[in-house]
Amino acid sequence: MFLRRMILIASLAAATGCGNIEPWVKPYERQNFADPIMAADRNPVATSYLNHVFEAREGARGALASHGGGCGCN
Amino acid sequence: MIRLAIPAALAAITAAAALTAGSPAQAAVLPDDRADVLYHRYEGGGVTVDGPSLLVRKKVAENYSVSANYYVDMISSASIDVLTTASPYDEERTQGSLALDALNGKTQYSLSFANSDEDDYTANTASFDVSQELFGDLTTLSLGFSRGWDEVRRNGDPEFEEPVDRRSYRVGLSQIVTPTVMLGFAFETITDEGFLNNPYRSVRYLDTENPAGFAFQPEVYPTTRTSNAVAFNAQYFLPYRAVAHGEYRGYTDTWGIDAHTVRVGYTHPLGERWVVEGGYRWYDQSSADFYADLFPRRDAQNFLARDKELSTFTSHMLSVGATYEFGASRGSFLKRSTVNVFYDRMRFDYDDFRDILSGGAPGAEPLYGFDANVYRVFVSAWF
Repeated sequence: MFLRRMILIASLAAATGCGNIEPWVKPYERQNFADPIMAADRNPVATSYLNHVFEAREGARGALASHGGGCGCN
Repeated sequence: MIRLAIPAALAAITAAAALTAGSPAQAAVLPDDRADVLYHRYEGGGVTVDGPSLLVRKKVAENYSVSANYYVDMISSASIDVLTTASPYDEERTQGSLALDALNGKTQYSLSFANSDEDDYTANTASFDVSQELFGDLTTLSLGFSRGWDEVRRNGDPEFEEPVDRRSYRVGLSQIVTPTVMLGFAFETITDEGFLNNPYRSVRYLDTENPAGFAFQPEVYPTTRTSNAVAFNAQYFLPYRAVAHGEYRGYTDTWGIDAHTVRVGYTHPLGERWVVEGGYRWYDQSSADFYADLFPRRDAQNFLARDKELSTFTSHMLSVGATYEFGASRGSFLKRSTVNVFYDRMRFDYDDFRDILSGGAPGAEPLYGFDANVYRVFVSAWF
């Protein structure tokens, strides 16, 4: 149910013309986001291992950074 | 022997996230072909865990990418929990994951499956993630769902076999705000149903007939758990080519645990070849409603726990790391490769978990705490 609602919201956003918004950061201004040091997760295997260390020793779980990172540099 | 049931299962989700980590980050481009070979080692609290992790990712045709991860934990445990009620043990956990990413315009789909197996616990997890670029490609929205089917067993008891059903629902959003600032948001709900406690662990209660003043009985957890976690993160590209980043995560669940995590870091290139980085992480949690270091009597309540992971505690972690990059050499099929060394120093201080091996009157023993060292050494190659 949750997933269905989120897909519906995303579909409505796309259908109502959100894609036509003028980007305020132009493509030629996004070179910083293409720099490897700006990558949301440069080392996925090493990050995955560290997250496992946390999950094995802490009560909290979920919403790891690897799910919420972003680039949008293309 | 499982240390705590759910982390073994969460590891499968984490592994799946590693395979699909590139998807929300770069919705309109598939991740680069790469291979990683990592050695990991954790030492702390009487526990040593080490082993390899191997990752290979390769594009297939123009719009597909497949990846595979093989991971091993070799565990040698003489933790305070084990020394209190059992004997030190060695065990091995192996985990394999496969993922397929597909690109369709500005939408990326990721399908993955992970299997984790050890003597007395098997976890299977299937995940589906989709990410879409919006608003002139300044925004990336990602949605994900995982389903897990686990089996809990108990060594020495062939009759014992209990299932766990897990589901995870997540949404993420990343936003380019300025040419140097990116913000991120993530929310995840996880539900578990089944046998959620450790079949070996015990709680202790006051017992005046016992010479020690206390005795033990098996722990009892609820059979359901639902958690919500929300995270915000920010990355800032500094004018001299370096990155500062920060993150906050808030967490709450139906067992009564509330937790906060704050993390800051800094990444700095040195010349053409080196990248160094450092960071600090702070974590704080309250205890589960049914946790106690010492219960007043046997069967004091319907649910009982004395896992220190469910107690009130604070941890700190300092991290340093260095990466050296080799350029492409003529005639080599490798585009570039790196050697990486990372070290993390952790400190755990428990507010209501006592070190009963130190002696003292029941309930008046010193509080427990320990330091841990985490090493990650790996080679990455892009081809």
